[in-house]
Amino acid sequence: MSRLTLLALQVLVALVAIVLWQVLSTVPVFGKILLPPFFFSNPVDVFSQIVKWFSTGVIWKHLGITLVESVLAFVIGSVGGALVGFWFARQPRVAAVFDPYVKMINALPRVVLAPIFALWLGLGIWSKVALGVTLVFFIVFFNVYQGVKEVSRTVLDNGRMLGMSEAQLTRHVYFPSALSWMFSSLHTSVGFAVVGAVVGEYLGSAAGLGYLIQQAEGIFDVAGVFAGMFVLSAFVILIDFGVTLVERRLLVWRPAATDGRG
Amino acid sequence: MTTPTAVALEDTTVAFRLGDDRIYTAVEKARLTVAPGEFVAIVGPTGCGKSTLLNVAAGLLRPASGTVTVFDRPLADLNRDAGYLFQADALFPWKTAIDNVAIGLEIKGAPRAAALQRAQAWLTSVGLGAFAGRYPHMLSGGQRKRVALAQVLIRDPKILLMDEPFGPLDAQTRQVMGNLLLDLWNADRKAVLFVTHDLEEAIALADRVVIMSAGPSSRIIGDWRVTLPRPRDIFEVRLDKEFHALHREIWSVLKDEVMKGYAQSTQAVEAV
Repeated sequence: MSRLTLLALQVLVALVAIVLWQVLSTVPVFGKILLPPFFFSNPVDVFSQIVKWFSTGVIWKHLGITLVESVLAFVIGSVGGALVGFWFARQPRVAAVFDPYVKMINALPRVVLAPIFALWLGLGIWSKVALGVTLVFFIVFFNVYQGVKEVSRTVLDNGRMLGMSEAQLTRHVYFPSALSWMFSSLHTSVGFAVVGAVVGEYLGSAAGLGYLIQQAEGIFDVAGVFAGMFVLSAFVILIDFGVTLVERRLLVWRPAATDGRG
Repeated sequence: MTTPTAVALEDTTVAFRLGDDRIYTAVEKARLTVAPGEFVAIVGPTGCGKSTLLNVAAGLLRPASGTVTVFDRPLADLNRDAGYLFQADALFPWKTAIDNVAIGLEIKGAPRAAALQRAQAWLTSVGLGAFAGRYPHMLSGGQRKRVALAQVLIRDPKILLMDEPFGPLDAQTRQVMGNLLLDLWNADRKAVLFVTHDLEEAIALADRVVIMSAGPSSRIIGDWRVTLPRPRDIFEVRLDKEFHALHREIWSVLKDEVMKGYAQSTQAVEAV
Protein backbone atom coordinates (compact mmCIF):
# COMPACT_ATOMS: atom_id res chain seq x y z
CA MET A 1 0.00 0.00 0.00
CA SER A 2 1.42 3.38 -0.93
CA ARG A 3 1.64 6.09 1.68
CA LEU A 4 -0.99 8.14 -0.09
CA THR A 5 -3.55 5.32 -0.20
CA LEU A 6 -2.87 4.57 3.43
CA LEU A 7 -3.38 8.19 4.42
CA ALA A 8 -6.54 8.41 2.35
CA LEU A 9 -7.94 5.28 3.99
CA GLN A 10 -7.03 6.56 7.44
CA VAL A 11 -8.83 9.85 6.78
CA LEU A 12 -11.75 7.90 5.39
CA VAL A 13 -12.20 6.04 8.68
CA ALA A 14 -12.44 9.33 10.57
CA LEU A 15 -14.86 10.80 8.02
CA VAL A 16 -17.16 7.77 8.11
CA ALA A 17 -17.18 7.76 11.90
CA ILE A 18 -17.94 11.49 12.13
CA VAL A 19 -20.63 11.40 9.44
CA LEU A 20 -22.29 8.36 11.06
CA TRP A 21 -22.19 10.10 14.44
CA GLN A 22 -23.69 13.31 12.98
CA VAL A 23 -26.42 11.48 11.04
CA LEU A 24 -27.40 9.09 13.81
CA SER A 25 -27.60 11.88 16.38
CA THR A 26 -29.74 14.24 14.26
CA VAL A 27 -31.75 12.19 11.73
CA PRO A 28 -34.40 9.81 13.13
CA VAL A 29 -34.17 6.20 11.91
CA PHE A 30 -37.58 4.53 11.92
CA GLY A 31 -38.91 7.45 13.94
CA LYS A 32 -36.20 7.18 16.60
CA ILE A 33 -32.90 8.96 17.09
CA LEU A 34 -30.37 6.21 17.73
CA LEU A 35 -27.82 8.46 19.47
CA PRO A 36 -29.83 10.80 21.70
CA PRO A 37 -28.06 14.18 21.73
CA PHE A 38 -28.29 14.36 25.49
CA PHE A 39 -25.95 11.41 25.82
CA PHE A 40 -23.93 11.61 22.63
CA SER A 41 -24.05 15.28 21.56
CA ASN A 42 -23.02 15.64 17.90
CA PRO A 43 -19.80 16.39 16.00
CA VAL A 44 -20.86 19.91 15.05
CA ASP A 45 -21.49 20.93 18.66
CA VAL A 46 -18.29 19.25 19.83
CA PHE A 47 -16.29 20.97 17.10
CA SER A 48 -17.79 24.39 17.84
CA GLN A 49 -17.00 23.87 21.53
CA ILE A 50 -13.37 23.17 20.66
CA VAL A 51 -13.25 26.23 18.39
CA LYS A 52 -14.76 28.33 21.15
CA TRP A 53 -12.14 27.17 23.65
CA PHE A 54 -9.32 28.04 21.33
CA SER A 55 -10.79 31.31 20.01
CA THR A 56 -11.49 32.64 23.49
CA GLY A 57 -8.15 31.27 24.67
CA VAL A 58 -9.48 29.62 27.86
CA ILE A 59 -8.03 26.28 26.79
CA TRP A 60 -4.41 27.45 26.90
CA LYS A 61 -4.43 27.93 30.63
CA HIS A 62 -5.77 24.39 31.16
CA LEU A 63 -3.41 22.86 28.62
CA GLY A 64 -0.53 24.71 30.22
CA ILE A 65 -1.40 23.42 33.70
CA THR A 66 -1.73 19.83 32.48
CA LEU A 67 1.53 20.13 30.58
CA VAL A 68 3.40 21.49 33.60
CA GLU A 69 2.03 18.72 35.82
CA SER A 70 2.94 16.04 33.28
CA VAL A 71 6.46 17.36 32.79
CA LEU A 72 7.09 17.65 36.52
CA ALA A 73 5.70 14.16 37.14
CA PHE A 74 7.82 12.76 34.34
CA VAL A 75 11.05 14.44 35.43
CA ILE A 76 10.71 13.73 39.15
CA GLY A 77 9.49 10.16 38.57
CA SER A 78 12.24 9.41 36.05
CA VAL A 79 15.08 10.80 38.10
CA GLY A 80 13.83 9.07 41.24
CA GLY A 81 13.16 5.78 39.47
CA ALA A 82 16.54 5.86 37.73
CA LEU A 83 18.46 6.58 40.93
CA VAL A 84 16.70 3.97 43.02
CA GLY A 85 16.75 1.42 40.19
CA PHE A 86 20.48 1.92 39.78
CA TRP A 87 21.08 1.69 43.49
CA PHE A 88 19.04 -1.50 43.91
CA ALA A 89 20.66 -3.18 40.92
CA ARG A 90 24.16 -2.48 42.22
CA GLN A 91 23.27 -3.41 45.82
CA PRO A 92 21.42 -6.73 45.64
CA ARG A 93 21.07 -6.83 49.43
CA VAL A 94 19.19 -3.56 49.56
CA ALA A 95 17.03 -4.76 46.69
CA ALA A 96 16.24 -8.01 48.50
CA VAL A 97 15.20 -6.17 51.68
CA PHE A 98 12.91 -3.74 49.89
CA ASP A 99 11.59 -6.20 47.34
CA PRO A 100 8.23 -7.08 49.02
CA TYR A 101 7.44 -3.42 49.65
CA VAL A 102 8.25 -2.40 46.10
CA LYS A 103 5.95 -5.15 44.87
CA MET A 104 3.25 -4.09 47.32
CA ILE A 105 3.25 -0.45 46.32
CA ASN A 106 3.42 -1.34 42.66
CA ALA A 107 0.45 -3.67 43.03
CA LEU A 108 -1.66 -0.86 44.45
CA PRO A 109 -3.92 0.86 41.90
CA ARG A 110 -2.47 4.34 42.06
CA VAL A 111 -5.85 6.07 41.71
CA VAL A 112 -6.67 5.29 45.33
CA LEU A 113 -3.74 7.47 46.33
CA ALA A 114 -5.28 10.54 44.71
CA PRO A 115 -7.48 11.49 47.70
CA ILE A 116 -4.53 11.14 50.05
CA PHE A 117 -2.33 13.30 47.86
CA ALA A 118 -5.14 15.89 47.64
CA LEU A 119 -5.31 15.86 51.42
CA TRP A 120 -1.56 16.16 51.87
CA LEU A 121 -0.69 18.49 49.03
CA GLY A 122 -3.90 20.43 48.45
CA LEU A 123 -5.85 20.91 45.24
CA GLY A 124 -3.03 22.67 43.39
CA ILE A 125 -0.70 21.09 40.88
CA TRP A 126 1.44 19.14 43.37
CA SER A 127 -1.15 16.53 44.25
CA LYS A 128 -1.41 15.74 40.50
CA VAL A 129 2.35 15.69 40.11
CA ALA A 130 2.57 13.26 43.02
CA LEU A 131 0.06 10.93 41.40
CA GLY A 132 1.97 11.03 38.11
CA VAL A 133 5.25 10.42 39.93
CA THR A 134 3.96 7.22 41.53
CA LEU A 135 3.11 5.94 38.06
CA VAL A 136 6.27 7.04 36.24
CA PHE A 137 8.62 6.08 39.05
CA PHE A 138 7.91 2.35 38.85
CA ILE A 139 8.14 2.10 35.09
CA VAL A 140 11.53 3.80 35.07
CA PHE A 141 12.63 1.97 38.21
CA PHE A 142 11.96 -1.48 36.77
CA ASN A 143 13.52 -0.63 33.42
CA VAL A 144 16.70 0.83 34.89
CA TYR A 145 16.97 -2.10 37.31
CA GLN A 146 16.63 -4.49 34.41
CA GLY A 147 19.05 -2.47 32.31
CA VAL A 148 21.80 -2.71 34.90
CA LYS A 149 21.13 -6.40 35.59
CA GLU A 150 21.10 -7.37 31.94
CA VAL A 151 24.43 -5.89 30.96
CA SER A 152 26.14 -8.44 28.78
CA ARG A 153 28.72 -10.46 30.70
CA THR A 154 31.12 -10.23 27.76
CA VAL A 155 30.83 -6.46 27.47
CA LEU A 156 31.45 -6.18 31.20
CA ASP A 157 34.50 -8.48 31.06
CA ASN A 158 35.74 -6.51 28.08
CA GLY A 159 35.49 -3.30 30.09
CA ARG A 160 37.44 -4.92 32.92
CA MET A 161 40.13 -6.25 30.61
CA LEU A 162 40.45 -2.81 29.03
CA GLY A 163 41.38 -1.60 32.49
CA MET A 164 38.18 0.08 33.67
CA SER A 165 37.78 0.75 37.37
CA GLU A 166 34.41 0.20 39.07
CA ALA A 167 33.57 3.88 38.62
CA GLN A 168 34.50 3.74 34.96
CA LEU A 169 32.44 0.59 34.48
CA THR A 170 29.49 2.42 35.98
CA ARG A 171 29.98 5.36 33.67
CA HIS A 172 30.79 3.55 30.43
CA VAL A 173 28.87 0.30 30.80
CA TYR A 174 26.14 0.21 33.46
CA PHE A 175 24.90 3.74 32.95
CA PRO A 176 24.49 3.64 29.14
CA SER A 177 22.83 0.24 29.38
CA ALA A 178 20.38 1.45 32.03
CA LEU A 179 19.66 4.61 30.06
CA SER A 180 18.89 2.64 26.93
CA TRP A 181 16.30 0.60 28.81
CA MET A 182 14.89 3.76 30.30
CA PHE A 183 14.61 5.44 26.92
CA SER A 184 12.90 2.45 25.42
CA SER A 185 10.15 2.91 28.02
CA LEU A 186 9.91 6.63 27.32
CA HIS A 187 6.56 6.39 25.53
CA THR A 188 4.99 4.47 28.37
CA SER A 189 6.32 6.69 31.12
CA VAL A 190 5.40 9.95 29.37
CA GLY A 191 1.93 8.54 28.76
CA PHE A 192 1.57 7.66 32.42
CA ALA A 193 2.73 11.11 33.48
CA VAL A 194 -0.19 12.58 31.51
CA VAL A 195 -2.59 9.97 32.91
CA GLY A 196 -1.54 10.88 36.45
CA ALA A 197 -2.05 14.58 35.81
CA VAL A 198 -5.46 14.23 34.14
CA VAL A 199 -6.86 11.71 36.60
CA GLY A 200 -5.66 13.90 39.47
CA GLU A 201 -7.35 16.92 37.95
CA TYR A 202 -10.51 14.97 37.34
CA LEU A 203 -10.72 13.93 40.97
CA GLY A 204 -10.32 17.41 42.37
CA SER A 205 -8.74 20.57 41.04
CA ALA A 206 -9.40 24.08 39.77
CA ALA A 207 -7.68 23.91 36.39
CA GLY A 208 -6.39 21.53 33.70
CA LEU A 209 -7.88 19.32 31.02
CA GLY A 210 -9.18 16.81 33.57
CA TYR A 211 -10.89 19.67 35.38
CA LEU A 212 -12.46 20.88 32.13
CA ILE A 213 -13.89 17.44 31.38
CA GLN A 214 -15.10 17.00 34.94
CA GLN A 215 -16.81 20.44 34.91
CA ALA A 216 -18.61 19.72 31.62
CA GLU A 217 -19.73 16.35 32.99
CA GLY A 218 -21.03 18.04 36.14
CA ILE A 219 -23.50 20.13 34.16
CA PHE A 220 -24.37 17.35 31.68
CA ASP A 221 -22.57 19.21 28.91
CA VAL A 222 -21.74 16.13 26.81
CA ALA A 223 -20.36 18.23 23.98
CA GLY A 224 -17.88 19.66 26.48
CA VAL A 225 -16.85 16.17 27.65
CA PHE A 226 -16.21 14.99 24.10
CA ALA A 227 -14.42 18.22 23.23
CA GLY A 228 -12.17 17.75 26.25
CA MET A 229 -11.44 14.19 25.21
CA PHE A 230 -10.48 15.22 21.70
CA VAL A 231 -8.19 17.99 22.91
CA LEU A 232 -6.63 15.52 25.35
CA SER A 233 -5.88 12.91 22.67
CA ALA A 234 -4.43 15.55 20.36
CA PHE A 235 -2.29 16.74 23.27
CA VAL A 236 -1.02 13.21 23.98
CA ILE A 237 -0.32 12.53 20.29
CA LEU A 238 1.74 15.72 20.06
CA ILE A 239 3.74 14.80 23.15
CA ASP A 240 4.23 11.27 21.84
CA PHE A 241 5.54 12.67 18.58
CA GLY A 242 8.01 14.79 20.50
CA VAL A 243 9.12 11.70 22.43
CA THR A 244 9.66 9.81 19.17
CA LEU A 245 11.96 12.59 17.95
CA VAL A 246 13.94 12.58 21.19
CA GLU A 247 14.15 8.79 21.18
CA ARG A 248 15.47 8.69 17.62
CA ARG A 249 18.24 11.05 18.63
CA LEU A 250 19.12 9.20 21.83
CA LEU A 251 19.00 5.65 20.55
CA VAL A 252 20.86 6.03 17.24
CA TRP A 253 23.18 3.25 18.30
CA ARG A 254 20.35 0.76 18.53
CA PRO A 255 19.47 -1.47 15.59
CA ALA A 256 15.98 -0.62 14.37
CA ALA A 257 14.79 -4.23 14.68
CA THR A 258 15.14 -4.36 18.45
CA ASP A 259 13.57 -0.96 18.95
CA GLY A 260 11.59 -2.02 22.00
CA ARG A 261 8.73 -0.06 23.44
CA GLY A 262 8.76 -1.81 26.81
CA MET B 1 63.51 -20.36 36.02
CA THR B 2 66.04 -19.65 33.35
CA THR B 3 64.04 -18.66 30.28
CA PRO B 4 61.76 -15.67 30.67
CA THR B 5 58.04 -16.33 30.24
CA ALA B 6 55.18 -13.99 29.39
CA VAL B 7 52.54 -16.31 30.80
CA ALA B 8 53.14 -19.48 32.75
CA LEU B 9 50.52 -21.85 34.14
CA GLU B 10 51.92 -24.34 36.65
CA ASP B 11 49.78 -27.38 37.44
CA THR B 12 46.69 -25.24 37.10
CA THR B 13 43.44 -26.94 38.00
CA VAL B 14 40.14 -25.19 37.43
CA ALA B 15 36.95 -26.41 39.01
CA PHE B 16 33.39 -25.13 39.15
CA ARG B 17 30.81 -25.79 41.80
CA LEU B 18 27.67 -27.10 40.18
CA GLY B 19 24.23 -26.24 41.50
CA ASP B 20 23.89 -29.43 43.58
CA ASP B 21 27.27 -29.02 45.31
CA ARG B 22 29.06 -31.39 43.00
CA ILE B 23 32.42 -30.19 41.78
CA TYR B 24 33.07 -30.12 38.07
CA THR B 25 36.76 -30.15 37.21
CA ALA B 26 37.18 -28.41 33.88
CA VAL B 27 40.94 -28.43 33.55
CA GLU B 28 43.36 -30.59 35.49
CA LYS B 29 47.01 -29.79 36.18
CA ALA B 30 47.59 -27.80 33.06
CA ARG B 31 51.17 -26.75 32.49
CA LEU B 32 51.69 -24.18 29.79
CA THR B 33 54.18 -21.43 29.10
CA VAL B 34 54.20 -18.70 26.52
CA ALA B 35 57.52 -16.99 25.91
CA PRO B 36 57.65 -13.27 25.12
CA GLY B 37 56.98 -12.79 21.43
CA GLU B 38 55.69 -16.33 21.01
CA PHE B 39 52.41 -17.18 19.29
CA VAL B 40 50.82 -20.20 20.96
CA ALA B 41 47.56 -21.76 19.83
CA ILE B 42 45.46 -24.02 22.04
CA VAL B 43 43.34 -26.50 20.15
CA GLY B 44 40.86 -28.93 21.61
CA PRO B 45 37.41 -30.41 21.18
CA THR B 46 34.36 -28.46 22.26
CA GLY B 47 33.94 -28.25 25.99
CA CYS B 48 37.56 -29.12 26.76
CA GLY B 49 38.11 -26.01 28.82
CA LYS B 50 40.42 -24.12 26.49
CA SER B 51 38.48 -20.89 27.03
CA THR B 52 38.59 -21.61 30.76
CA LEU B 53 42.34 -21.76 30.60
CA LEU B 54 42.42 -18.46 28.74
CA ASN B 55 40.21 -16.83 31.38
CA VAL B 56 42.63 -18.03 34.03
CA ALA B 57 45.50 -16.40 32.15
CA ALA B 58 43.41 -13.24 31.94
CA GLY B 59 42.71 -13.26 35.67
CA LEU B 60 38.97 -13.38 35.04
CA LEU B 61 38.89 -16.79 36.67
CA ARG B 62 40.77 -18.08 39.74
CA PRO B 63 42.24 -21.56 39.48
CA ALA B 64 41.38 -24.04 42.25
CA SER B 65 45.04 -24.92 42.55
CA GLY B 66 48.31 -24.22 40.82
CA THR B 67 49.95 -20.92 40.05
CA VAL B 68 49.71 -18.41 37.25
CA THR B 69 52.64 -16.09 36.62
CA VAL B 70 52.81 -13.18 34.24
CA PHE B 71 56.33 -12.06 33.38
CA ASP B 72 57.46 -14.11 36.36
CA ARG B 73 55.18 -12.33 38.83
CA PRO B 74 52.29 -14.28 40.34
CA LEU B 75 48.92 -13.13 39.01
CA ALA B 76 46.74 -11.91 41.86
CA ASP B 77 44.06 -9.89 40.10
CA LEU B 78 43.18 -9.15 36.49
CA ASN B 79 46.06 -9.53 34.09
CA ARG B 80 46.92 -5.90 33.43
CA ASP B 81 49.53 -6.79 30.82
CA ALA B 82 47.01 -8.59 28.66
CA GLY B 83 44.55 -7.58 26.01
CA TYR B 84 41.60 -9.93 25.53
CA LEU B 85 39.77 -10.53 22.29
CA PHE B 86 36.44 -12.20 23.00
CA GLN B 87 34.58 -14.71 20.91
CA ALA B 88 31.22 -12.99 21.35
CA ASP B 89 30.58 -9.37 20.50
CA ALA B 90 32.19 -7.35 23.25
CA LEU B 91 32.14 -3.86 21.75
CA PHE B 92 30.16 -1.23 23.61
CA PRO B 93 27.03 -1.00 21.45
CA TRP B 94 26.35 2.60 22.52
CA LYS B 95 29.72 3.86 21.34
CA THR B 96 30.76 4.51 17.75
CA ALA B 97 33.64 2.52 16.28
CA ILE B 98 36.13 5.27 17.00
CA ASP B 99 34.87 5.78 20.56
CA ASN B 100 35.08 2.04 21.12
CA VAL B 101 38.74 2.11 20.13
CA ALA B 102 39.57 5.35 21.93
CA ILE B 103 38.07 4.22 25.25
CA GLY B 104 41.11 2.10 26.15
CA LEU B 105 43.26 5.24 26.14
CA GLU B 106 40.63 7.52 27.65
CA ILE B 107 40.23 5.40 30.77
CA LYS B 108 43.97 5.64 31.25
CA GLY B 109 43.51 9.41 31.35
CA ALA B 110 44.62 10.32 27.83
CA PRO B 111 43.10 13.57 26.57
CA ARG B 112 40.13 12.92 24.33
CA ALA B 113 41.53 14.62 21.23
CA ALA B 114 44.74 12.63 21.37
CA ALA B 115 42.87 9.40 22.05
CA LEU B 116 40.59 9.98 19.07
CA GLN B 117 43.56 10.68 16.83
CA ARG B 118 45.27 7.44 17.81
CA ALA B 119 41.98 5.57 17.50
CA GLN B 120 41.53 6.87 13.96
CA ALA B 121 45.03 5.67 13.10
CA TRP B 122 44.24 2.23 14.51
CA LEU B 123 40.95 2.02 12.66
CA THR B 124 42.85 2.83 9.49
CA SER B 125 45.40 0.11 10.17
CA VAL B 126 42.64 -2.49 10.53
CA GLY B 127 41.12 -1.21 7.30
CA LEU B 128 38.16 0.66 8.79
CA GLY B 129 39.33 4.25 8.50
CA ALA B 130 36.12 5.26 6.77
CA PHE B 131 33.84 3.66 9.36
CA ALA B 132 34.79 5.67 12.44
CA GLY B 133 31.31 7.09 13.01
CA ARG B 134 29.43 3.78 12.69
CA TYR B 135 27.83 2.09 15.64
CA PRO B 136 28.60 -1.63 16.07
CA HIS B 137 25.19 -2.72 14.81
CA MET B 138 25.89 -0.93 11.52
CA LEU B 139 29.03 -3.01 10.95
CA SER B 140 29.33 -6.56 9.65
CA GLY B 141 30.62 -9.35 11.89
CA GLY B 142 34.08 -9.13 10.34
CA GLN B 143 34.19 -5.36 10.72
CA ARG B 144 33.19 -5.64 14.37
CA LYS B 145 36.10 -8.03 14.92
CA ARG B 146 38.44 -5.50 13.31
CA VAL B 147 37.19 -2.81 15.66
CA ALA B 148 37.61 -5.18 18.60
CA LEU B 149 41.17 -5.91 17.48
CA ALA B 150 41.95 -2.18 17.29
CA GLN B 151 40.29 -1.67 20.68
CA VAL B 152 42.62 -4.20 22.26
CA LEU B 153 45.79 -3.27 20.40
CA ILE B 154 45.58 0.49 20.97
CA ARG B 155 46.44 -0.16 24.63
CA ASP B 156 49.61 -1.90 23.46
CA PRO B 157 49.28 -4.93 25.76
CA LYS B 158 52.36 -7.14 26.11
CA ILE B 159 50.20 -10.24 25.93
CA LEU B 160 47.31 -10.93 23.61
CA LEU B 161 44.68 -13.44 24.72
CA MET B 162 42.27 -14.52 22.00
CA ASP B 163 39.25 -16.72 22.56
CA GLU B 164 38.18 -18.14 19.19
CA PRO B 165 38.04 -14.54 18.02
CA PHE B 166 37.20 -15.42 14.44
CA GLY B 167 34.86 -18.27 15.36
CA PRO B 168 31.61 -16.55 14.39
CA LEU B 169 32.93 -15.40 11.01
CA ASP B 170 32.57 -17.11 7.64
CA ALA B 171 35.53 -19.10 6.29
CA GLN B 172 36.85 -16.44 3.91
CA THR B 173 36.58 -13.60 6.38
CA ARG B 174 38.42 -15.76 8.92
CA GLN B 175 41.36 -16.14 6.60
CA VAL B 176 41.46 -12.42 5.85
CA MET B 177 41.30 -11.68 9.57
CA GLY B 178 44.04 -14.24 10.21
CA ASN B 179 46.34 -12.48 7.77
CA LEU B 180 45.50 -9.11 9.29
CA LEU B 181 46.32 -10.48 12.73
CA LEU B 182 49.66 -11.86 11.52
CA ASP B 183 50.55 -8.55 9.88
CA LEU B 184 49.77 -6.58 13.04
CA TRP B 185 51.51 -9.14 15.22
CA ASN B 186 54.62 -9.07 13.04
CA ALA B 187 55.05 -5.38 13.76
CA ASP B 188 55.92 -5.86 17.45
CA ARG B 189 55.57 -9.60 18.22
CA LYS B 190 53.51 -9.68 21.37
CA ALA B 191 53.09 -12.92 23.25
CA VAL B 192 49.86 -14.47 21.98
CA LEU B 193 47.67 -17.18 23.44
CA PHE B 194 45.13 -18.08 20.80
CA VAL B 195 42.28 -20.49 21.48
CA THR B 196 40.58 -22.18 18.56
CA HIS B 197 38.91 -25.44 17.62
CA ASP B 198 40.24 -25.13 14.08
CA LEU B 199 43.52 -27.03 13.74
CA GLU B 200 44.33 -25.54 10.33
CA GLU B 201 43.93 -22.03 11.68
CA ALA B 202 46.15 -22.91 14.62
CA ILE B 203 49.00 -24.30 12.50
CA ALA B 204 48.78 -21.45 10.00
CA LEU B 205 49.03 -18.77 12.68
CA ALA B 206 51.09 -20.13 15.55
CA ASP B 207 54.66 -20.94 16.56
CA ARG B 208 53.41 -23.69 18.83
CA VAL B 209 50.23 -25.73 18.83
CA VAL B 210 49.03 -27.16 22.13
CA ILE B 211 46.39 -29.89 22.16
CA MET B 212 43.95 -30.45 25.01
CA SER B 213 42.07 -33.64 25.75
CA ALA B 214 38.30 -33.82 25.89
CA GLY B 215 36.77 -32.64 29.16
CA PRO B 216 35.94 -32.97 31.99
CA SER B 217 39.31 -32.85 33.75
CA SER B 218 40.98 -32.15 30.46
CA ARG B 219 44.72 -32.03 30.30
CA ILE B 220 47.27 -30.79 27.86
CA ILE B 221 48.25 -33.83 25.83
CA GLY B 222 50.49 -32.50 23.12
CA ASP B 223 52.75 -29.64 22.18
CA TRP B 224 54.07 -29.19 18.63
CA ARG B 225 56.44 -26.60 17.29
CA VAL B 226 55.46 -25.08 13.95
CA THR B 227 58.57 -24.22 11.99
CA LEU B 228 56.90 -22.81 8.89
CA PRO B 229 58.82 -19.69 7.84
CA ARG B 230 57.50 -16.23 8.62
CA PRO B 231 56.09 -13.93 7.42
CA ARG B 232 53.32 -16.31 6.43
CA ASP B 233 50.34 -15.92 4.22
CA ILE B 234 47.46 -18.00 5.49
CA PHE B 235 46.20 -18.73 2.00
CA GLU B 236 49.57 -20.03 0.80
CA VAL B 237 50.84 -21.75 3.92
CA ARG B 238 48.04 -24.28 3.68
CA LEU B 239 49.52 -25.59 0.46
CA ASP B 240 52.91 -26.21 2.09
CA LYS B 241 54.08 -29.82 2.45
CA GLU B 242 55.27 -29.27 6.00
CA PHE B 243 51.86 -27.89 6.87
CA HIS B 244 50.22 -31.09 5.69
CA ALA B 245 52.64 -33.35 7.49
CA LEU B 246 52.15 -31.47 10.74
CA HIS B 247 48.41 -31.38 10.29
CA ARG B 248 48.30 -35.16 9.80
CA GLU B 249 50.48 -35.75 12.82
CA ILE B 250 48.49 -33.53 15.17
CA TRP B 251 45.15 -34.62 13.83
CA SER B 252 45.93 -38.27 14.59
CA VAL B 253 46.07 -37.28 18.26
CA LEU B 254 43.28 -34.75 18.18
CA LYS B 255 40.79 -36.95 16.34
CA ASP B 256 40.23 -39.34 19.24
CA GLU B 257 39.68 -36.44 21.62
CA VAL B 258 37.23 -34.80 19.26
CA MET B 259 35.22 -38.02 19.07
CA LYS B 260 35.33 -38.36 22.87
CA GLY B 261 34.27 -34.75 23.34
CA TYR B 262 31.47 -35.18 20.86
CA ALA B 263 30.22 -38.33 22.58
CA GLN B 264 30.27 -36.59 25.95
CA SER B 265 28.48 -33.52 24.74
CA THR B 266 25.66 -35.59 23.26
CA GLN B 267 25.40 -37.63 26.46
CA ALA B 268 25.24 -34.46 28.48
CA VAL B 269 22.35 -33.25 26.40
CA GLU B 270 20.52 -36.53 26.90
CA ALA B 271 21.12 -36.38 30.63
CA VAL B 272 19.54 -32.93 30.79
